[in-house]
Amino acid sequence: MSRSRFTRRGVLKSGAVAGAGVALPTIFTAGSASAFTNEPTGATVTFGFNVPQSGPYADEGMDELRAQQLAVEHINGEGDGGMLNTFKSALDGSGVLGKKVVYVTGDTQTKSDAARASAKSMIEKDGAIMINGGSSSGVAVAVQSLCQEAGIIFMAGLTHSNDTTGKDRKANGFRHFFNAYMSGAALAPVLAKAYGTDRRAYHLTADYNWGWTQEESIRAATEALGWETVETVRTPLSTTDFSSYIAPVLNSGADVLILNHYGGNMVNSINQAVQFGLRDKVVNGKNFEIVVPLYSELMAEGAGEAIKGVYGSMNWNWQLDNPGTKAFVKSFGEKYGRPPSNSAHTCYVQTLLYADAVARAGSFNPCAVVEALEDFEFDGMGNGPTLYRGADHQCFKDVLVMKGNENPTNQFDILEIVELTPRAQVEYAPDHPMFAGGDLGKCNSGA
Amino acid sequence: MLFGLNKKDTRFLIIVVLLTLFTPFLMQPFAETSPLAQFNGGYPDLMAKVAIFGIFAIGFNILFGLTGYLSFGHAAFLGVGSYAAVWMFKLLTLNVFPAVILAVIMSGLLALVIGWISLRRSGIYFSILTLAMAEMAYRLAYSVLTPITNGETGLQLRPHDPRVLDGPGAPQYPNLFGLELNDSYFLRLGDHVFTFNVGYYFCAAFAILAFYVSLRIFRSPFGLMLRAVKANQQRMNYTGLSPRPYTLAAFVISGMYAGLAGGLMAAMDPLAGAERMQWTVGGEVVIMTILGGAGTLMGPVLGAGTIKYLENIFSKINENVLHQWFAFLPDGLENMVVWLIAHFTGEGWALTLGLMFMLVVFFMPGGLVEGGRRIARLWRKRRHGGDGGADGDELHRPARSPHVAE
Repeated sequence: MSRSRFTRRGVLKSGAVAGAGVALPTIFTAGSASAFTNEPTGATVTFGFNVPQSGPYADEGMDELRAQQLAVEHINGEGDGGMLNTFKSALDGSGVLGKKVVYVTGDTQTKSDAARASAKSMIEKDGAIMINGGSSSGVAVAVQSLCQEAGIIFMAGLTHSNDTTGKDRKANGFRHFFNAYMSGAALAPVLAKAYGTDRRAYHLTADYNWGWTQEESIRAATEALGWETVETVRTPLSTTDFSSYIAPVLNSGADVLILNHYGGNMVNSINQAVQFGLRDKVVNGKNFEIVVPLYSELMAEGAGEAIKGVYGSMNWNWQLDNPGTKAFVKSFGEKYGRPPSNSAHTCYVQTLLYADAVARAGSFNPCAVVEALEDFEFDGMGNGPTLYRGADHQCFKDVLVMKGNENPTNQFDILEIVELTPRAQVEYAPDHPMFAGGDLGKCNSGA
Repeated sequence: MLFGLNKKDTRFLIIVVLLTLFTPFLMQPFAETSPLAQFNGGYPDLMAKVAIFGIFAIGFNILFGLTGYLSFGHAAFLGVGSYAAVWMFKLLTLNVFPAVILAVIMSGLLALVIGWISLRRSGIYFSILTLAMAEMAYRLAYSVLTPITNGETGLQLRPHDPRVLDGPGAPQYPNLFGLELNDSYFLRLGDHVFTFNVGYYFCAAFAILAFYVSLRIFRSPFGLMLRAVKANQQRMNYTGLSPRPYTLAAFVISGMYAGLAGGLMAAMDPLAGAERMQWTVGGEVVIMTILGGAGTLMGPVLGAGTIKYLENIFSKINENVLHQWFAFLPDGLENMVVWLIAHFTGEGWALTLGLMFMLVVFFMPGGLVEGGRRIARLWRKRRHGGDGGADGDELHRPARSPHVAE
């Protein structure tokens, strides 16, 4: 019958019954009623899952939602427990601090305004204590600053721009996903090994914040190897026909094309580059190559044949060989009949990490949670030993370098893992120039 | 006679004021413990959005409802208003008044430029021109003007913004002379909890003002001229009147309304993103106006409220909620019913809106206001007894043209 109990505003509900009696009208302010925003006082605590359910990243959003539902089940002690078996946590399968976890969902539409509106309604109407999810950096930054103002914890979903934990970092926001700088640092040595150190690169970059930070990161990393950057060209986000951008590549003297594109952009640009015969060309006496710095499973599926042999990077992949990954892939696969994507993984992990931090802190107070998460070291979440750095709330862990599989056996192994770049190689100082100008500020509990 | 309005209009205005003041009760009809609490919409963000989009649609209606010029580009003014307001927050002070004033001025200036160009054409060409302008504004904001707009990420407040007028102890959130807009007071009556939010009442005050100004425009000789443009522009030309100054004035006024809405949006939620300028937002206000009833005073507000409510409440009814509602059905049937309904709720809310819009356009071309009017007429007839109830005389007179305020 009904799959999970679902209440709205458990807070006020129980408060109303217990506190005020039935007839007496009382007037109060948010501050006087509780110690922090949306303090859970009933038998349940509400999480808010804010994911794109419509628009260009709807598929990723649905996969995130699946993972979040699974995480809630595992926290509440249902199902097989997934990563709770491999991650040493303070959770005991009875919810969080004795409260059963319920959740509300919202649609970000991959638009900052819509995402903030749905986050606001989760906070103001449903009494959510934590917001998780999202599939774009613009949305992540927007929702993160909203949560900071409201006194709610934000556990970012898929967001790859340096800014999320760089110049737009916030004390109440945490990112598990890796970033553009790490992609560059992980990819560069592999590219040097495969393609040599005297390459000439041509960048096509999606013309918005994420594209620019990725271009900057990849450029810096490849130039440090000795590569030369011939040209960087910005393409509008809504471009579907890239032929006018690809034709000049042929005559530029470049021998590598780097596509700083994501989603539909990338699917179109790589297919058109291959149709132009770029990969059959020999320039400067070397085979022409294409690189896609940020991969996702759904993109790879869309690009099909074109990505065979193309290098890229990922935060996590279901083919990894470690106990955490196996446990998660098993319970996800049993429930939904497919392996989880890397955005699903990050949302699942973020939800568990939040719940665990609350359990360790012994309180839902956002400031206590921030303290519990800062400089927290953990393992068993599929990425090996991981650190949540306190200085910028960014997770540090190994990064995966991937390659389009030459001989895929099914639709789920289109990508293969080439290398696991160790954490030490992708680390950087919190005030690195690409991340400078940010200020965490103080944690806000809304009191 | 009050504020230059006749008796009927004064009564109308008072009703609007009361409705606005009691919105926190009206939008929160269900107790927290009732299973229908899902449908409560009385939380600050939604209430303020209804007021703000109400202002947006009232302004749009001055152009579209009166002159018949259909602009798809009003999102640009909304966006410019937001950017102007956030810049005021960053540079000058977090007090909302300078922000709102600059928002109105900037959008008025932009409307003057866009209007001056676009109004050289009418009909479909005018619509396309405004659409193109708005799309251009969106592209500019999204990438070219990133130093001003902060591009995709959106312009937001930072702790180290200069804010030259704010002292060290000033509030860190948009405020009304110290009273922060996100402050709320709650009233608990038994199981009911009502939220009174500073920001909502701030927006509501502007909404009432906007409504009043629009009422005066509708009743003014200027309004009559605008109607003349809609009725027959050629005839107006032949009588020696140039419609351009009138349409341009209407365009600028409605642009300023949109800028006010944009400024208030930024005040309620200090972030200005380029999406606010996308043509879909410009299309949304068209739908709001037509759904509610173009050319009527109350229609646009009703349309705005309906759409915002659907968007925020319906989109949250996910499959889990549906399973809970229909848990009493046998499993197979439950799944079928949930599968069916799930297409119209959650992410499918737009489908519900689309269906509703089609029904309204087909059966009530005058929008929701016409629907209300029909019900009222039916009710009146019934009260007068019998279904042929109109006194014989009524049938032989031309139908009274309805009061525009109804």
